[in-house]
Amino acid sequence: MWSYEKKLQYPVKVSTCNPTLAKYLTEQYGGADGELAAALRYLNQRYTIPEKVVGLLTDIGTEEFAHLEMIATMIYKLTKDATPQQLRDAGLGEHFVAHDSALFYNNAAGVPFTTSYIQAKGDPIADLYEDIAAEEKARATYQWIIDMSDDPDLNDSLRFLRQREIIHSQRFREAVEILKEERDRKKIF
Amino acid sequence: MKSNPETFTKVKSYVPFHGPCDPCPPIGRKYYSTPPNLYLGFQPPNLPQFSPAEALKSGTLWAFFYDFYENPYKKRAGKGNG
Repeated sequence: MWSYEKKLQYPVKVSTCNPTLAKYLTEQYGGADGELAAALRYLNQRYTIPEKVVGLLTDIGTEEFAHLEMIATMIYKLTKDATPQQLRDAGLGEHFVAHDSALFYNNAAGVPFTTSYIQAKGDPIADLYEDIAAEEKARATYQWIIDMSDDPDLNDSLRFLRQREIIHSQRFREAVEILKEERDRKKIF
Repeated sequence: MKSNPETFTKVKSYVPFHGPCDPCPPIGRKYYSTPPNLYLGFQPPNLPQFSPAEALKSGTLWAFFYDFYENPYKKRAGKGNG
């Protein structure tokens, strides 16, 4: 089970009215390498992975939901006061006609989320390597969003999230090292 | 795979080929991140830590892993080739 703390993992402040950024941020909301995909991937893979790394997948999968909540807050703040005209100018007209300014699990191009974005091969090495790749892809996506954004406060939160991807990648790499380790074998050199 | 912070850079770059018939002006240099975790392997004990306030701000407790990101193309914006 989970317990919920009613606060964000890191503060989200948006200083400019720029609904176009909301469109870009949906890539991390319902995109292939987004936070939803990450959370579902890790929390699902953890059942069929050696016990030593189950806790890691639980911890990181849970943190991804905290990141998802930050992204949702950013998108909400950027669109909640936008008029239909402003949303249309931001390329969100198609989103508006289906959802008003409600959030939805799309990628930045409007493609709805699908579980084919994630994998569970049942092979610990294959799954952890996928997880490492997912973290690097999410890190790169944050970089490209920062490159497109000139909102310093928003970029501050995005830099925090990018740093977390680096740490997660490190921990998954360490998980691979733990599973590679030959512990009970007599080593003769 | 262990190495000191001084022995690697966190950003690499290369110049992609630009042919005489390419329609756009050359982008010049392309940049990519190579964050510190790529160089460490398993985290060794007793790495230096940030203070709690710094750690909450930066997103990591461990100074070694901290990697500030800035748009590498920002400097050239408005110069007509970026």
